[in-house]
Amino acid sequence: MTVYAYFVAAWLMLVGAYGIVRSRNLVHAVVSLAVCQSGTYVLLLAVGYQHGALAPVFGSTIKPSRHVVDPVVQAMTLTDIVVSATVTALLLALAVQVSKRQGTVDPDELTALKG
Amino acid sequence: MSHRGRLLVFFIGAGCVAAMFAVAFFRMPAFGGTMHLYRDLAVRAAVAHQTANVVSSVDFDQRGMDTFGEEAILLASVVGAAVLLRPSDEEAELRPKRPGRILPSTKLLGYALLPVTLLIGLDVVLHGQVTPGGGFQGGVVIATGLHLLYVAGSYPALDRVRPLAAFDIGEAVGGAAFGGLGIAGIVAATSFLANFLPRGSFGQLTSAGTVFVLNGAVGLEVGCGMVVLIAHFLRQDIIIAAKAEQAQ
Repeated sequence: MTVYAYFVAAWLMLVGAYGIVRSRNLVHAVVSLAVCQSGTYVLLLAVGYQHGALAPVFGSTIKPSRHVVDPVVQAMTLTDIVVSATVTALLLALAVQVSKRQGTVDPDELTALKG
Repeated sequence: MSHRGRLLVFFIGAGCVAAMFAVAFFRMPAFGGTMHLYRDLAVRAAVAHQTANVVSSVDFDQRGMDTFGEEAILLASVVGAAVLLRPSDEEAELRPKRPGRILPSTKLLGYALLPVTLLIGLDVVLHGQVTPGGGFQGGVVIATGLHLLYVAGSYPALDRVRPLAAFDIGEAVGGAAFGGLGIAGIVAATSFLANFLPRGSFGQLTSAGTVFVLNGAVGLEVGCGMVVLIAHFLRQDIIIAAKAEQAQ
């Protein structure tokens, strides 16, 4: 059980990569990339987890202590989620342009470069 | 490369990666263990700077430089998407079609929740240093909340309330404010993005010094950036069409 969460992260990354490899649609490829990326979130959060620990936010009722989960990996995950959303939007915009110019979104049919 | 050949190459590569993952995972500290060195250091540093939300402290104070980099990626992707979604030479802008029928319940709920959502978003941005939240989360709440106007109303209604040029500027101002505060850190204190403002008392709204201001800057940038992104995708779908199509 102690390594289960880590393997979930690895599985997400590999299954996302598999999705990209056998993709027949650019939108599907972009979503597969997002799945791939969520593997890193699971890995980061799993690394920082501690059984029975609290969230790393203190207040009047919760006095600062070390009995919290790791805030460093949470901060990384948080910024990464927002940034990956905008990068996904950029990739989808590319897919829109490809569809307009080439008339297809199947990566296998995109063989020649066009100006 | 043929489809089968590609899959074969993938499975060889994925097998090697999986094997290396397995080797690494079995030698890592066990899941849920009590040893977190970075946690100990980060909590101590956050408390020293009167920041109740340690995650915000890491993001905007201890590792502000990383967040500045992430901000730059965000800005670059929004600009890139906006450039890619311009109407091309063969396309022109259509007048949006009359909106279809909207259920009265959808309308009521949308208009009723619009101010509530925007307020919650603002609240999340402003309390980033004391409760879970901050500029990233609050910005997204505000930007998506604004689009209730499209769900409950219509595209022209959204277009009237949302001057896109203002949001373009807002995004740039948010990004520049982050950089400006970083430089102010060099001038007023010792290093880029140093926490040079008075830090107040622990757990108060005015605590944590620059974390509060940086959260606002990030909220502005993320909120405006998301609005600009969604606006360009909506425009693409609703009012941009090929000239040939318009002639019909």
